[in-house]
Amino acid sequence: MHLILFVVFGGLCLAGALNLLLQRHPINSALSLVVVMSSLAVLYLLLGAEFLAAAQIIVYAGAIMVLFVFVVMLLNAGREERTMGSRAAKVVGFPAIAVVLAVIATVILKAQGLGTASLNDPITSTEELSRVLFHELLLPFEVTSVLILIAILGAVALARSGDGHPTNKTPFAGTPTGERRVSK
Amino acid sequence: MNGPLLFLPLIPLLPFLGFLLNGVLGSKLPKPVVTAIGLLAPLGSFALVARIAYLVWSGALAMPVVEPNAPQWISAGNIHVDFGSVIDPLSLTMLLIVTGVGFLIHVYSVGYMHDDKGYWRYFAYLNLFLFFMTLLVQAGNILLMFVGWEGVGLASYLLIGFWYQKTVAADAGKKAFVLNRIGDFGFLIGIFLLLANFGTLTFSEIAAKLAASPGWTGGILTTICICLLIGATGKSAQLPLYVWLPDAMEGPTPVSALIHAATMVTAGVYMIARTHFLFDRSPLAMLVVAIIGAATALFAATIGLVQTDIKRVLAYSTISQLGYMFLGCGVAAYSAAIFHLMTHAFFKALLFLAAGSVIHGLGGEQDLRRMGGLWKKMPVTFWTMTAAVLAIAGFFPFAGFFSKDAILYAAFLSGTNGKIFWAAGLFTALLTSFYMFRLWYLAFLGKPRSPELHAHESGWSMLGPLVILGILSVCGGWIGAGRMGTWLAPAVGARAAETSTNHTELILSVIAVLAAALGWLVAHMLYREGSRRAEQLAASFSAPYKLLVNKYWVDELYGAVIVKPLLAISRFVLEWVVEYAILGGLVWLLSGTAVFGGAVLQRWQSGNLRSYAGWLAMGAAVLLVFALAPYLFGLHGPSMKWAGW
Amino acid sequence: MIPISWYLLLSATLFCLGVVGFLIKRNIITVFMSIELMLNGVNLSFVTFAHMWHLVKGQIFVFFVMVVAAAEAAVGLAIIIAIFRARATLAVDRIDLMKL
Repeated sequence: MHLILFVVFGGLCLAGALNLLLQRHPINSALSLVVVMSSLAVLYLLLGAEFLAAAQIIVYAGAIMVLFVFVVMLLNAGREERTMGSRAAKVVGFPAIAVVLAVIATVILKAQGLGTASLNDPITSTEELSRVLFHELLLPFEVTSVLILIAILGAVALARSGDGHPTNKTPFAGTPTGERRVSK
Repeated sequence: MNGPLLFLPLIPLLPFLGFLLNGVLGSKLPKPVVTAIGLLAPLGSFALVARIAYLVWSGALAMPVVEPNAPQWISAGNIHVDFGSVIDPLSLTMLLIVTGVGFLIHVYSVGYMHDDKGYWRYFAYLNLFLFFMTLLVQAGNILLMFVGWEGVGLASYLLIGFWYQKTVAADAGKKAFVLNRIGDFGFLIGIFLLLANFGTLTFSEIAAKLAASPGWTGGILTTICICLLIGATGKSAQLPLYVWLPDAMEGPTPVSALIHAATMVTAGVYMIARTHFLFDRSPLAMLVVAIIGAATALFAATIGLVQTDIKRVLAYSTISQLGYMFLGCGVAAYSAAIFHLMTHAFFKALLFLAAGSVIHGLGGEQDLRRMGGLWKKMPVTFWTMTAAVLAIAGFFPFAGFFSKDAILYAAFLSGTNGKIFWAAGLFTALLTSFYMFRLWYLAFLGKPRSPELHAHESGWSMLGPLVILGILSVCGGWIGAGRMGTWLAPAVGARAAETSTNHTELILSVIAVLAAALGWLVAHMLYREGSRRAEQLAASFSAPYKLLVNKYWVDELYGAVIVKPLLAISRFVLEWVVEYAILGGLVWLLSGTAVFGGAVLQRWQSGNLRSYAGWLAMGAAVLLVFALAPYLFGLHGPSMKWAGW
Repeated sequence: MIPISWYLLLSATLFCLGVVGFLIKRNIITVFMSIELMLNGVNLSFVTFAHMWHLVKGQIFVFFVMVVAAAEAAVGLAIIIAIFRARATLAVDRIDLMKL
């Protein structure tokens, strides 16, 4: 059972990831990413992390990805065109990431004592999680809330459309001193 | 040291203090204060020296005076040099001359330089010179003497080029310094050899070491002596390094009197006398000294015959008389040489100061052909100058007679070479008498050739020293006649010739006086008022005349053979090698590297996000491989048993 | 009964696919999505290790990663909107000057 579930949802993850790479339109990529997130939630459940599975769906798939989709639609992003790309990225980056994958895979496969996972393994209850979170890691928790506050403020400040923000169509808009030209 | 306190360090230090005060504050002090400082310093030194002389004469002080605890200067390994002074008859004589004549010339300068803008600077330099000269004379070891040696060269440069706005003067100062430097090179080699062979630089110790090995002659000692001699020829203007002295006449006349007549140029003679124990051991070196001295005396006298600038005549005369002193040293008549040094200081300083008075009185005129008839307008100058001319010509009983005579007699006695030297010296005496009387006739006698110049007598600050030196030129010889040898014997050794008189000497003296009289006669025939014989002679012997007037073209020879190639090579090296290749290459290399490096690195900062990501991935891969290398290549796989923190 | 290493391999693969996406994608929003993919891959490995060692802290770390990812997504997308307003393009290659 475990095996089937893993194969199905693991496969879905991989498929979604590949689709994200292969699709031209950003909205398709976004929807593939939603698929990946959801499959990952199931995998979390298989590993006994029930709270995280729920959080994954609610926060990631439900909020973050929705935000992505909103922005894609807001900006009316169209199909990607072919551009010149970056030679450095292809020449240097691909071999590099291949090396990384190979290294990590080697390490993982060579490792001993990893054990197995099965459906009978104990599930981490929410009570356990919250106990650790609110006892030992209270400070990081509070700091995180401040972080979110800052993020909110930042996002609001950046995305505001007022205060003389010009809508230039030309890329090199600034004068040499970088002043913005106020459009009348 | 037993006996009364001598204040030996103060003798050089008082002038040094005067130099500091006048040099630093002089431009802001009023002229009387500058004068006071400038005169009190040498007066103080002279007073101290006179006191020492009195103590010696009254028997209260025994010479040589050696300081037991002189401060250490260099103490490195086996080399020990201290600041010790030595007071023996030789240095005491020199000190008296230097401080005495020096003080008189300081007084003279007050009047002569009165209207000069650099009055304070002049006295500062003059005091500096006195400091170094007294240091040179007082030094107990050759290194300290070298300090004074170099220092007087510096002071000479500063004073020759005193009116530095005149290019001629500045060039003359440089020429003097460079030629001195060439000589100093030889001097330094000599010092090094001394140190290597004796292990010490103190005169008394070297003399003691030599006395302990009586068989040591020639060889390395000759080399040392020749090296020291090279230094002496530079400083004392002998062949071949004499060419700076005529040009040094660009300086103020009191400077010419003090430095280039009485004191600095005699430093070479003093040095040879001081190191006589070395020269005594090397007959070859002594011969060289004598040859150089005699040759220079003759050579310079011939040039002096036809010069038209009053100071140039005196300059060549100085070179010639210095040749006499060298000749004296070369025939081991050191006390005769020092005796002549003393009398020469008197009459040569007087000659120069009188010439200065003439120049000052004529408003700057120095050409003999435009002078004349000054005996009426400037009587004091005339009579003192006459005394000096008689002294230098060697007439009895003036000062020069006794000293020149001593040298000629000693030369005559020293072997077959000696007779040749004697003949050369005699002929030079004839020439000396001739050109000095020529100067006398042209400058003072006859009718004035430039009446428009309104000659007038100088003030008493200038005439006072003239009178004193005039008296010394008359009486100076009587002090030392017959007694100089015994007086200086503790310092320079005794010679039979110097301490006795006999018929040979009397006959030679008479011959010398006759030669001087002959010179006067010829001068009278050629240059008395109304005579045109001089020009006729010059016209009929035009080739030799041209040779003499152009000073044997020695300056031009040096210029073409040494100076020009040196300048060309220096210019080449400086422009092409240093400027172009080294500096240019270096700059090009640096800038090229920066530009090239910048161009290469510039392409990395493209702003392209994806290339940045690519390089990031590469960096991560490298780090990962580094970190996990042991796991990847052999070794056992990582064990994942660790749990909890 | 699945070996844990399979989970870990899956997580590594997701991460590397995310990097590849970052390298080849042209649209800046898609690039951002690849970053989210990378984060998810890492989250999976954290949960796996938490399961292996029965550590709750591993899961809490995932919790924090999610929070930060959310904040980052918000701010990042706001920036993208600002860039779009200035440049009128979403192509990564065209946005290569610091000046807006």
